[in-house]
Amino acid sequence: MKILVTDQAGVDHELEGLEGWRVMEVIRDWGLNIKAECGGALSCATCHVYVDKDWLDVVGAPSDEEEDMLDSVGDVRPNSRLSCQILMNDALDGLKVTLAASAAKD
Amino acid sequence: MSTEITTDVVVIGAGPCGLFAAFELGLLDLKCHFIDILDRPGGQCAELYPEKPIYDIPGFPVVTGQQLTDNLMAQIAPFSPEFHFNRMVNSIVKQDDGSFDLTTDADEVFHAKVVVIAAGGGSFQPKRPPVDGIEAYENKSVFYSVRKMDDFRGQDVVIVGGGDSALDWTLNLQPIVNSLTLVHRRAVFKAAPASVNKMQELVAEGKINFLTGQIGKLDGADGQLTHVHLTTDAGDLAVPATRLLPFFGLTMKLGPVADWGLELNDNTIVVDTEKFQTSVPGIFAIGDINAYPGKLKLILSGFHEAALMAQAAKAIVAPGERVVFQYTTSSTKLQKKLGVA
Repeated sequence: MKILVTDQAGVDHELEGLEGWRVMEVIRDWGLNIKAECGGALSCATCHVYVDKDWLDVVGAPSDEEEDMLDSVGDVRPNSRLSCQILMNDALDGLKVTLAASAAKD
Repeated sequence: MSTEITTDVVVIGAGPCGLFAAFELGLLDLKCHFIDILDRPGGQCAELYPEKPIYDIPGFPVVTGQQLTDNLMAQIAPFSPEFHFNRMVNSIVKQDDGSFDLTTDADEVFHAKVVVIAAGGGSFQPKRPPVDGIEAYENKSVFYSVRKMDDFRGQDVVIVGGGDSALDWTLNLQPIVNSLTLVHRRAVFKAAPASVNKMQELVAEGKINFLTGQIGKLDGADGQLTHVHLTTDAGDLAVPATRLLPFFGLTMKLGPVADWGLELNDNTIVVDTEKFQTSVPGIFAIGDINAYPGKLKLILSGFHEAALMAQAAKAIVAPGERVVFQYTTSSTKLQKKLGVA
């Protein structure tokens, strides 16, 4: 299955993902500009992405804890998600997300 | 006048790997001083996920970051390591005799025969919000902490965030400022309820403003802010501001480590896998901050690295001394050091 990721520079990438991987892990594994400093513990918000509007319903809403964590970035939008909280499955084949500025490495 | 401290080993970073290094070094009679930018031991375990369960520490089916930190502190207590919190190492300079002088931002000089860098992802520093050109205002009219309250007296202050730092400083600064606007992306706060109530009272009394929104862009010149533009549900607003305090928590940055003349690879320090020594003999790097073929950023790998590093450190501090490899289960000598024999 594949995901389509637009990086902070506006470049599109088609990445191969595996069932059960977190979207953050897919993006990190392909070497895109994602800091993901807590490694998926929902403790940092440095894997922040914007979910394409056509995919919002499929991905679903963030949990309360994820919503709280989003308080620690300054570029939240209604379609903001932490990519460590989105697990790859068949329904997400073709998912489109955009990396937020706040997810960039230094 | 700088404070001078002389020791065998300075460990930079008091996270789990650094703490365990004090154990391995202690068994070899080497004295440690820790320097850490945080205000307590534990590193990422304490700062990022104190309550999160960790499942891959050998011998612990489950342990939280804080429990692991507490256990390591108890384990190294017999060696009385000394801790210097809330400071950052600025420079490391090798001396003619092979030892090192380290300076900190707290005006100290450490003289050490060995330096161990166990700094994880670097030093924890305030998150900079993604706002164009904010760097130009930093430390002039944009601050990430309040060092001197007087810098805010009579000013038009905008505070951004919904946690305890944002709420506490809203309450503390309100009596001395000209105006204060608290900005948070939503009307939900992750802060002490009493502070939230007090803040809401001040809003009701008209003493401060609260706006839901995010910072868009900054107006000003030569580092001096005049307005903060906010993106709110009600549209864009320009709020007069001479001081901005964004509180978005901490993030790890490599920081001064990059300037210490060590061979680096993508923000990590290159080491060998026999001693975990860097490109500068006498400076070692263990845990998440090091790089070698096959490296896994696991706490358990850092523990292994600490044990091998300690053997090499001993050879530097006590050259020529024969070290007999012993087990804590059977060696009375080691048990005496641990205070159990």
